[in-house]
Amino acid sequence: MANDWPLYEVFIRSRSGLEHKHVGSLHAADASMAVEHARDVYTRRQEGVSIWVVRSSDIVASDPDDADALFEPAKDKVYRHPTFYTIPDEVKNL
Amino acid sequence: MSEQHARFRYLLRLGDSSLVLGQRLGEWVGHAPTIEEDLGLANLSLDFIGQARLLLTYAGEVEGRGRDEDALAFLRDAPDFANVTLAEQPNGDFGRTIVRQVLLDAWQFETYEALTASTDTRLASIAAKALKETRYHLRFSSGWLVRLGDGTEESHRRVQQSLNELWRFTEELFTPDEVDTTLAADGVAPQLAELQARWSARIDEILGEATLTRPPAVPYPWHGKRGVHTEHLGHMLAEMQHLQRTYPGARW
Amino acid sequence: MYTQGLDSLGKECLHTTAADSAALEAHFQGKVDADDKIEPKDWMPDAYRQTLIRQISQHAHSEIVGMLPEGNWITRAPTLRRKAVLVAKVQDEGGHGMYLYSAAETLGISREQMVEQLLAGTAKYSSIFNYPTLTWADIGAIGWLVDGAAIMNQIPICRCSYGPYARAMVRICKEESFHQRQGFEIMLTLARGTSEQRAMAQDALNRWWWPSIMMFGPSDASSQHTAQSMRWKIKRFTNDELRQKFIDTTAPQAQFLGLTIPDPELRWDEATQHFRFGEIDWREFQAVIKGNGPCNRERLEARRAAHEDGRWVREAAAAHADKQQARAARAAA
Repeated sequence: MANDWPLYEVFIRSRSGLEHKHVGSLHAADASMAVEHARDVYTRRQEGVSIWVVRSSDIVASDPDDADALFEPAKDKVYRHPTFYTIPDEVKNL
Repeated sequence: MSEQHARFRYLLRLGDSSLVLGQRLGEWVGHAPTIEEDLGLANLSLDFIGQARLLLTYAGEVEGRGRDEDALAFLRDAPDFANVTLAEQPNGDFGRTIVRQVLLDAWQFETYEALTASTDTRLASIAAKALKETRYHLRFSSGWLVRLGDGTEESHRRVQQSLNELWRFTEELFTPDEVDTTLAADGVAPQLAELQARWSARIDEILGEATLTRPPAVPYPWHGKRGVHTEHLGHMLAEMQHLQRTYPGARW
Repeated sequence: MYTQGLDSLGKECLHTTAADSAALEAHFQGKVDADDKIEPKDWMPDAYRQTLIRQISQHAHSEIVGMLPEGNWITRAPTLRRKAVLVAKVQDEGGHGMYLYSAAETLGISREQMVEQLLAGTAKYSSIFNYPTLTWADIGAIGWLVDGAAIMNQIPICRCSYGPYARAMVRICKEESFHQRQGFEIMLTLARGTSEQRAMAQDALNRWWWPSIMMFGPSDASSQHTAQSMRWKIKRFTNDELRQKFIDTTAPQAQFLGLTIPDPELRWDEATQHFRFGEIDWREFQAVIKGNGPCNRERLEARRAAHEDGRWVREAAAAHADKQQARAARAAA
């Protein structure tokens, strides 16, 4: 493959109202090409999407070994979850 | 020349140009410099085949002899094809394909944009859809021409040579004839002189960014628009039309 | 994300003791058994990683090489609609190859390495693409049989243990159904057409049937990797199970088409509720796998040519990107 074509991660918003989702990666020589490739590879069946491309080397990721430290505390904070609150049945849309 | 005949010929020029270009780009599938470019060129091919289907279907209706898109695509011989000569030129290397593409994308852009104001509302709506596609095509092809023109010494040399060799086919794009003047009179088709000025300016801008030199004008009066083609079209049609010719009347 | 994965390869060997290894392995297998997904930065046994790299890259190569037999008929498709559909299908296959290369790269191998392996002839790809497409009916047969077999293989992998591979397969399966329908529709049109078209369809079925059922790989008895791959949930069904399912599904379709499957021993077994079928000629399969099928050389030659002919293009794009970066740096300074 291309000697110096870096790897880009691709994020697509398939419909307005949704977030961008990570869909995969591709190689491109520059950012403009990366967007075009993303369009050709990941949006062949959709219109009106939004595409983000990011160089893979620019992504900072958490370490799975740190999972406990990063995420464990949230298990105690149960009041973030809607099921903590009892709402009378008569109240709609909550 | 009757207005109906002029419109039929004009629609064939647009439809056949898209068909022939779609066919040429289809030849690249599986052979492009990267898989990503393979997909990109295939997208272009699909767009052009789509344009051809809309335009040829309409052409058949205007003609009024019951010919549909496939009858026109597969059962006419080369002298009856009205594509611009540039479209039938062989792919050559990737750079040559890109040069051909930029010249034609810029032509289609001006043409389709002008046609969105056509008094023929069906043609206007086909043009509006095609214009959206052409915007993307132009971005793709001009982006690549810049990368190749302003890339390595080798890439620069290759595309400059392709540009020099294909330039003579650009004269035809804006040379008006009776078809054009008949249709310009009632607002169906645009005045070519205006389109040429804009095309020329856009090409200059792209070539400038690509560090390429615009070749001098070369007269070339053998125009595919009038059914006078190069030897390439005959071979292309022989390949394209083979099945329909070998099994006449069969449904596919 | 993935480049950091590349860095960590081998770190495990450096400072994990035997006890640590056993614990990591048990934790890993526990996740797999519980149908949890393994993601790129998770610890995994090296053999699991290598098996996946091999399987995913082979799958990717198959998609890319698979563009060639069908691409062969794009310029000769008999109607504009068929032409457009065929371009779209072949383009999908290229896209599938890309999803899979992308998934394989999360495991620490680069696209460049995988392409080199393919072009050097050291990587395998599905045997089926080493057969020639001789008539338009072959395009129908490929969609109906080859894509049909591929779907049968692929759907279970949507639930495989490795996240990126499973997600790529979900995406692929969504796009695949149109491929098989397209192929079957071509066969149907031919079968209901002129006598020459019917003969064309039967001839294609005669040539593509056995290679298609060979796609499922050697019989379970002679398949080395199956047991371990099933423990790791990379493989969910055995070769023979999938092959039987394919034949059971496809034989009635051939009947509907009014075409004859070229297997005189094919018959419905009321007791087992399956179709019985004849012996597969594994010598042909072995020959094709070893590089001596009808088109192995041509397929690799075509891919090598595309790669070599395109080298100046890729270099130019990289050079231009460097120039742009340098200009931007100067402008900012």
